[in-house]
Amino acid sequence: MPVAGSAIIAGIGQTEFSKDSGRSELQLAAEAARAAIADAGMTPADIDGMVTFTLDTNDELLMMRSLGIPEVRYWSRTPHGGAGAHSTILHAALAVAGGAANAVLVWRAFNERSGRRFGQPNAQTTPPGWNWYLPFGLDTPAKMYSLGFQRYMYKYGLTNADFGLYPVVARRNAATNPNAWFYNRPITLEDHQESRWIVEPILRLLDCCQESDGGVALVVTRADRAQDLPQRGVTIAAASDAHLVGGNVMFNYYHGDLGEFPETKALAGHLYEQAGITPADVDAAMIYENFTPVVFLQLEALGFCGPGEARDFIAEGNIDLDGSLPVNPHGGLLGEAYIHGMNNILEGVRQIRGTAANQIADAEHVMVAGGRSGLILRPA
Amino acid sequence: MPRVIPPTPDTDDRYFWDGVAEHRLLLQQCASCATLRHPPVPMCGVCLSTDWTTQAAAGTGTVHSWVVSVHPAAPTEPGRIVALVELTEGLRFVANLVDVEIADVRNEMSVELCFREVDDVLLPQFRPTDLAGGA
Repeated sequence: MPVAGSAIIAGIGQTEFSKDSGRSELQLAAEAARAAIADAGMTPADIDGMVTFTLDTNDELLMMRSLGIPEVRYWSRTPHGGAGAHSTILHAALAVAGGAANAVLVWRAFNERSGRRFGQPNAQTTPPGWNWYLPFGLDTPAKMYSLGFQRYMYKYGLTNADFGLYPVVARRNAATNPNAWFYNRPITLEDHQESRWIVEPILRLLDCCQESDGGVALVVTRADRAQDLPQRGVTIAAASDAHLVGGNVMFNYYHGDLGEFPETKALAGHLYEQAGITPADVDAAMIYENFTPVVFLQLEALGFCGPGEARDFIAEGNIDLDGSLPVNPHGGLLGEAYIHGMNNILEGVRQIRGTAANQIADAEHVMVAGGRSGLILRPA
Repeated sequence: MPRVIPPTPDTDDRYFWDGVAEHRLLLQQCASCATLRHPPVPMCGVCLSTDWTTQAAAGTGTVHSWVVSVHPAAPTEPGRIVALVELTEGLRFVANLVDVEIADVRNEMSVELCFREVDDVLLPQFRPTDLAGGA
């Protein structure tokens, strides 16, 4: 059975997004899950599948106890952090489409600001892969990714001020989203250029995603149950991973042209084919952005503009709320919160339902992409 | 806080750090089909052989990309220049640039291998080719 069209997102839930939640990661996960199950019009007894990240600290059996879920028939986890964010929905969709489960709970919850901060330098190497980088000073994600971004800048003659075009849009969107940490706090390009260097000459502070505490959850079930649900069902019109030999999530330095994002290009092909649409049919895009340059690389790889054209595409207003392709209307991981990319999927669902803070009119196809995994959502 | 996080060699990359101790940059090479590979893996993805040997890199290449790494705990200390070096052998290797000012670093500039102790850790480094004969 093809995954495309055979599963829906029936419910979404979240905690508040903060810098210090004051409670355990398990409690955040359980609270988000409770909200998502209720949003789907279900009870915990309806849940019989579970998917989260390999990096998530919350144990499935403790989640079952916390929520009172009597039995689970399917569970799985997706690797590589935010690169696998959308894979969770693929796993859940396959499970319900294949009959392994009726309703799958997907979650991600962490205290990523008050607890373990991903942006801080590693203290020691962990073989096998890290000996090639940490001893040379590539000790934070910002530096690791920037070594690739610099080649993109060189290839197209871009400066950090060009990258600043995106954060201005993201923060403008967050400023009118009450769910966003940076609600009511827009920035200008001058603010961006005055923020301190994180990795010279690539990234300034305002190019970096937030560090956030919080939890989000979704419930995925079969498409034929859409009529029984209280909320407008959101069909998973396409879901795919895309990983290429020689690739590397943090250190993707070994493929031919570092001015391109070949995994995203492959992903785009899978998604458009499954959904039977072209880039021109996409009404809004949620694009994973740990750092601003990945928005540029993905806009090009997803086919929304040509190679090297992302700077002008953004400058001309195409990704604004009233543009041809609104991007991250909620403010994204820079403006709303960094829940490892999963909050972008919730925004995709809200855009299809018509309940977003910054609602795009008549959103029929919403792309939710994160480099190596992605979705296309449409109304059920 | 030390600037250098020392490597912790394991089964699949110990050959490399043994080579560094002898001031050699060793590239893994398939003993069956001669394919060079970096970073190393224990099986050749071209011919599936687990037999491999090493080849010492010529030590020449160009700067493919680069960044300045400043440790957040020591923001006022001079940063280390981290470069992705495209080796003459066609493989890319991450190391530091030395004997060059940040303002003078350019993509595609020619560099050559040298070895330096940084915070008591011996590391392969690269310097501009024009300065050959320096250290």
